[in-house]
Amino acid sequence: MEFYPEIIAFEGTPFALNRIMLIRLLVLTLLVVLFALWTRKFQQANKTQNHVPTKFQLMGEISLNFVRKSIAHDQLGEKDGDRFLPLLTTIFFVTLGMNITGIIPGLNISGTSVIGLPIVMAIAAYVTFIYAGVKKHGGHFFTSALFPAGVPKAFYVLVTPIELLSTFILRPVTLALRLTMNMIAGHLLLVLCFSATQFFFFEADGLFKLFGAGTFVFGFAFTLFEILVAFLQAYVFTLLTTVYIQLALSDEH
Amino acid sequence: MDVTTFAELSGNLAVVGYGLAAVGPGIGVGLVVSKTIESIARQPELAAKLQVTMWLGIAFTEALALIGLATPFIFA
Repeated sequence: MEFYPEIIAFEGTPFALNRIMLIRLLVLTLLVVLFALWTRKFQQANKTQNHVPTKFQLMGEISLNFVRKSIAHDQLGEKDGDRFLPLLTTIFFVTLGMNITGIIPGLNISGTSVIGLPIVMAIAAYVTFIYAGVKKHGGHFFTSALFPAGVPKAFYVLVTPIELLSTFILRPVTLALRLTMNMIAGHLLLVLCFSATQFFFFEADGLFKLFGAGTFVFGFAFTLFEILVAFLQAYVFTLLTTVYIQLALSDEH
Repeated sequence: MDVTTFAELSGNLAVVGYGLAAVGPGIGVGLVVSKTIESIARQPELAAKLQVTMWLGIAFTEALALIGLATPFIFA
């Protein structure tokens, strides 16, 4: 249960590294290598016109198409979907890669369980949906977001502060918080289960040792649950970014 | 312990606060999922579309519980 582990290298400089930073760098390297290999495969397949993919290439196609087809194209349509695809793909795979380290033995903490990285991604999403809205509707984007049409004038006293809060403040905050808090809660659950197992097996006496088996099974079940949560949070983060962009682009504005 | 102290509570009040904060979103997520199941039972061919909307609804509702979880970190 260490969200602020001791610093390993470069202490005192802004580049101080602790265990979580090292995990993030490791995941980043792995992602870069994986995508470099995938894109090289795609290029080779394009050049040789060999349309039967290898297993490795197929894996890449399926994962990239998941973001492209079932998130971007479904919500934004083909044209706008492809426009914002680089951001969405980056968000999805970075979140997924950083989340999944929470259950990998030996790493055991996810790179997103400290709020810095989620904040960076939330800011990227925030800037993008405001950019999308302003590019399409100009300054009208802000007025129609803050003063929705069809509301009686007197109600703007109530509606405008709520819209301001929910659209421009709570959206990025909840994006970052949702991811971080899910990862923290998952880590706490796993720590609780496995430290209880350790306690029951090695320190409790008599029949209490039996409880250890129960907590161990629960810990294992929660590990499986954490895999689901890692995928789900990556999906939800990407989906929400897409929906925010779609709301900014939509014509009611 | 004097006579007027009938039952003594110890520990952090924030724990009770988080318990209360989890009630609303719990009911909310339950409603979202139950309605989605109902709709899928009525229109199975819309399942994929409804599931996306369900995840969105869950994400928005769940955010409240997670804000509750975050408040001790912010105000402590």
